[in-house]
Amino acid sequence: MAGEGQAVVVDGICKSYGGDVQALQNVSFEVKPGELFGLIGPDGAGKTTLLRILTTLLLADSGSASVHGLDVRREFSAIRGIVGYMPGKFSLYQDLSVEENLNFFATVFGTTVKANYHLVEDIYRQLEPFKTRLAGNLSGGMKQKLALCCALIHAPTVLFLDEPTTGVDPVSRKDFWGMLGRLRDSGIAIVVSTPYMDEAARCERIALIQKGQIIAMDSLAGILASNQTETYAVRGEGLLGVLKALRAYPETRYCYAFGQEHHLVLKGDADPKGAESFLRAQGHQDVSFRRIEPTIEDVFIALMQDQADV
Amino acid sequence: MATETPGKTHSVGGLTMFLAFVSKEAKHVLRDRRSLFILLGLPIVMMTLFGFALSNEVKNTNFVVLDQVPDAETIALTDRLAESRYFTFVGRVESEDEITKFFRRGDARLAVVFPSNFDHDLHHVHHAQVLLLADDSDPNTAKTVTNYATAIIGQHQVEMANGQHRQGGIRVQTRMLYNPQLKSSYMFVPGVMTLLVMLLGAMMTSVSIVREKERGTMEILLVSPMHPLLLILGKAVPYMLLSLIDVVIILLLSYGVLDLPWGANIPLLMAESLLFILTTLALGLVISNGVEQQQTAMFISLVGLLMPALVFSGFMFPIENMPMPLQVLGNVVPTRWFYEIASKIMIKHVGFASVVKPTLILAGMTILFMLVAWRTFRQRL
Repeated sequence: MAGEGQAVVVDGICKSYGGDVQALQNVSFEVKPGELFGLIGPDGAGKTTLLRILTTLLLADSGSASVHGLDVRREFSAIRGIVGYMPGKFSLYQDLSVEENLNFFATVFGTTVKANYHLVEDIYRQLEPFKTRLAGNLSGGMKQKLALCCALIHAPTVLFLDEPTTGVDPVSRKDFWGMLGRLRDSGIAIVVSTPYMDEAARCERIALIQKGQIIAMDSLAGILASNQTETYAVRGEGLLGVLKALRAYPETRYCYAFGQEHHLVLKGDADPKGAESFLRAQGHQDVSFRRIEPTIEDVFIALMQDQADV
Repeated sequence: MATETPGKTHSVGGLTMFLAFVSKEAKHVLRDRRSLFILLGLPIVMMTLFGFALSNEVKNTNFVVLDQVPDAETIALTDRLAESRYFTFVGRVESEDEITKFFRRGDARLAVVFPSNFDHDLHHVHHAQVLLLADDSDPNTAKTVTNYATAIIGQHQVEMANGQHRQGGIRVQTRMLYNPQLKSSYMFVPGVMTLLVMLLGAMMTSVSIVREKERGTMEILLVSPMHPLLLILGKAVPYMLLSLIDVVIILLLSYGVLDLPWGANIPLLMAESLLFILTTLALGLVISNGVEQQQTAMFISLVGLLMPALVFSGFMFPIENMPMPLQVLGNVVPTRWFYEIASKIMIKHVGFASVVKPTLILAGMTILFMLVAWRTFRQRL
């Protein structure tokens, strides 16, 4: 069987809702044990659908997928119980305390907190001072840490996390990724979805997903290296006016705001000097052009544009 | 730990999972103070409303007597009325003006006027008249009060006759077609019980399951190795207990406060209640399987279940008076059968033999609903 020894194998998965909404189109990838695999894409890209198919909660229209060699369609009950899953919405009981949530999920997954405490010890230690507090009264970051504990308590060999850091402050996000890294090091395969491009660096490999399709899949460095679109950062007075002017420039392929500057990609091998003089001719002052290394976000946009142009 | 084989950690059995689930569910119920208050307060409020406020019975109505020539017969009748729990004797008056004064002050609502020749007429002409004057400022009460008084006078007359043949007598013009025993408050008990159990069982169960869907916890529960059957049972058990508590509260109020006469087969009643609670829980499960939002579940329970329960149970509107198609339709409403069972056991004090048919129908419906709930339960989202 293809993908022997892989933690997760996804092969040509398609899924549509009600016929016209194509949530996933021919998605394929593999995840090795001990690998942290990131699904990165905007809201509505199909990340949640994909994770639900892998956790046997949804059936794909076509294609196949397996977790530890178990087919998600036929052997779903065997998969349930060996995977850890953290749904996108905060999925703990708000009216139960931290302790009660952990105990409940441990029991429902057929184990005890005592037996597997070592798995969650690192994370749970931070929650311990609040163990009698109701989960609904925890901060966003604390909630996600508790949810992670609950997803880990039955020693899953594959962990599926759906946007675990959405709505969490930057410090807690960093913390959370540190925990995922340590879990990965202990041999668990982790599939995590996120809308934050900057979290890509935390993953061994990432799949950029857009409109139900994987538009690139590699390590972050690999993806950056393979996409050397000439990108210029443009500064100038009156940011909005500059953006409008750049979009009106005939040689512009696309241009978008990026913090305090604009990132510009020109058609073919057009000279940026042309764009610069076009801007000055339009009366824009203090215009500066600078060639930059595309970030993962630039690459994502470039890939999206490539896809749109096809 | 990555080398651990799948399933190895499943050292905890199904029963422990089930108990953990039930205890979690119990915590939800106990911590939601407002809902708990409603769950336990509702039977009390409904019993009070139906038993007292909405009752068409009038208790302890003050009455006065205008008796120009008191004699044995009029005194006996006056005592008779005064002894009844519906009337309280306030005093004798000398004129009709005085009656009006009592009415105006609200000190009396009924006046009994005996003509001066009452005794003579009764024994010699065999035809005597009594005038009942009622305070008509509240027409409904006035009507009820005069009806009661008429009935009591009639009853008195029958007892006085003592089997002897007697012609004429005091003419009773008002007939009481409904509720001839002049007792009404506890007639509501089986109906209130039916409605409450239906509402609580179906709504609470469906809402609590749909809440898990809404909050996303259902996703985790489905991915867990716990069998869906345990999940459904774990949901049903706490609400079954709550519904039973409500039945007990209703019975305590009925016997303690509403003076429901003793004699009902209580173990039989509890067993039948349990069967009906299972019916409602199964219905709740069916609802929750097809619904994604708590509000929808609540709406379906209220409109889809409570309305037919009200209309077709025979509790508010007699089924015999409905057109044929509606009567047939009423047969598929489970509340109709439980109402029949409960009222027979509680009011008529019959045994199991008399409620076999509705019991079997109800049991059949319960099994059907459970099968539907089981078949429609989705193991995926």
